[in-house]
Amino acid sequence: MSALVVVQDLVKTFGAGLTETPVLRGLNLTLQAGELSALLGPSGSGKSTLLTILGTLMQPTSGAHQMLGQDLVRATDSARTAFRNQHIGFVFQFHNLLPDFTALENVIFPAAVRAGRETGVARARGMDLLTRMGLQDRIHFPTAHLSGGQKQRVAVARALMNRPELVLADEPTGNLDRASASQVMQLIAQINKDEGTTFLISTHDEKIAALCARQLVVVDGQVEG
Amino acid sequence: MLYALKIAGRYLTASKAQTGLLVMGVAVGVFIFIFMSALIGGLAELILSRTVGDIAHVSIQAEPEDPALLLTGTPLLVQQKSTTAAANLPTATNFVPLIESLPGVRAVSPQISGSGFITHGAQVAQVSINGLMPGRESAITNLDSYVVDGTARLGAGSILIGKRLAEDLNLLLGQSVRLSSTKGIETALTVTGIYQIGAGGLDRRTAYISLGTARTLFAMPQGLTRVEIKLNDLYAADAIAPQITDLTGLTAKSWTVDGAQFLEALSAQAKTGVLLKSFALITIVIGVASALLLSTYRRRPEIGIMRAMGASQRFVVLVFVLQGALIGLMGGLLGAAMGYAALLPFPAGGQFRTGSLPIDIRQGSYGLAIALTLLGAILASIWPARAAAKVDPVEAIGQ
Ligand SMILES: Nc1ncnc2c1ncn2[C@@H]1O[C@H](COP(=O)(O)OP(=O)(O)O)[C@@H](O)[C@H]1O
Ligand SMILES: [Mg+2]
Repeated sequence: MSALVVVQDLVKTFGAGLTETPVLRGLNLTLQAGELSALLGPSGSGKSTLLTILGTLMQPTSGAHQMLGQDLVRATDSARTAFRNQHIGFVFQFHNLLPDFTALENVIFPAAVRAGRETGVARARGMDLLTRMGLQDRIHFPTAHLSGGQKQRVAVARALMNRPELVLADEPTGNLDRASASQVMQLIAQINKDEGTTFLISTHDEKIAALCARQLVVVDGQVEG
Repeated sequence: MLYALKIAGRYLTASKAQTGLLVMGVAVGVFIFIFMSALIGGLAELILSRTVGDIAHVSIQAEPEDPALLLTGTPLLVQQKSTTAAANLPTATNFVPLIESLPGVRAVSPQISGSGFITHGAQVAQVSINGLMPGRESAITNLDSYVVDGTARLGAGSILIGKRLAEDLNLLLGQSVRLSSTKGIETALTVTGIYQIGAGGLDRRTAYISLGTARTLFAMPQGLTRVEIKLNDLYAADAIAPQITDLTGLTAKSWTVDGAQFLEALSAQAKTGVLLKSFALITIVIGVASALLLSTYRRRPEIGIMRAMGASQRFVVLVFVLQGALIGLMGGLLGAAMGYAALLPFPAGGQFRTGSLPIDIRQGSYGLAIALTLLGAILASIWPARAAAKVDPVEAIGQ
């Protein structure tokens, strides 16, 4: 196994003066390629903050963040945008899909925005991914007509579209009933096993965390485990 | 570009009612633009055709020879220019074909004019007499269009008089009159036509006879008193007048010399039109900008998702600018179609019915309206588009 993500001495502080809130305080973390990890911690502990920094959506206050050997702290906004398009997939808790598009259109978005158009190859992969998510009969459904669990499975398919090395999922099952939640988790575990995609999944559900090979806990702005 | 266009189009079709209203709003702006263009253009054309259209664009006029005053000191005689014996342009006749052959010249009217008295029975009226070349009666003033009785054609022994004068003298078509010039020469003529021009004085004052009759009447076997020239483009007068002067050695005067005020009025009117059209465009720009700004607020989470999925800021800008462009294009086309349909009942080019708006359907500036609307809508969408591109994905997704 090789190190996919390396984070050293990561500090993230929101606000300044009286409202200064230190959230991450010198956090160190290494994710090995192919790992399926859970990120635990109480609400407000900084799980989302860490995931958005790892996803290059936010810059840390200080510290080092490397992925695939690239220094992502120093990269420009457009370089980070291109990087996350190619190497990072996201699954969020809310606001996951584009509401005016079909399941397939959502899934192939990362490929289409990269190519400038929706290619046949992308469409074929999108359909394959949706089929693997058990959504073969929902491919052309407008996302508004999908259930919560189906939406999250579409989001997982989309996160995998560009074959990223890393998928960051921020409480992907937080909004789902138990059956849907375990279905989504089983699919994630299956993909991790089949394709070796690295996953980091934040949750405060111990049962979900138990499905992951590694458990990380955010405590006092640091990661344990 | 193609993919951004797809997303822009999807956003517009996703909220059809809202997009429809917005496009309608833009179309109304375009409609006003087109209507104003047609009205201002038609009005200018009407004014031109009713005024400059009926006057010479370039004229060559002999300087009236003031009779040498034998008395020094206070002259006892005050001359009225129009009643002086006509001054002569002895060489002008020879130049008529030459002037006619100049590019840009539409018609040339050689004239002999002066003053005289018209007598019918016991009634006498002072008239200004204008001798026109038969066949060219309508070369300058479109006399044909003003004739209410008889014909505008002039021949030896015929006279065309105004309706007011006919009423003053109780004259009817076909009756004969006596016309005497300030030279003291008198001739009998038959009324072959009666004309009516809206503008008051002319109907009472001017009588038209043939050039030949005028020669006799003013004892002018050669030469002319005036040459009037009509051009294809009346705005070419300032360029062509000096050309004619150079060519003939006669002083040719452009209508703009005396028509400066009139030109000013026309340009003021055109400026008003530009102002009104600008307001229509500004309304369009504000409408599109505010609608798109609202849309960027409403779609913040989606913008966040797209950015998280690796859409560049440029891509987001493109999505919103293309929405503006599509709205501008649809509104422009719809507005142009509405404008065209609304202008259809109005008669084309110059044939304005009295009492109706002088609207010229050909002057709707449809292409310009569509192009400016498209441009305006694109410009209007740049600010909202940039705001959209600056949306912080983390905040927008709000995890
Ligand atoms: N943009 C922000 N500005 C100020 N404080 C923030 C911001 N984002 C997060 N925080 C604060 O950081 C802390 C950690 O938040 P978060 O990472 O969302 O925790 P978790 O995902 O573990 O619930 C919270 O106290 C939260 O209020
Ligand atoms: Mg969170």
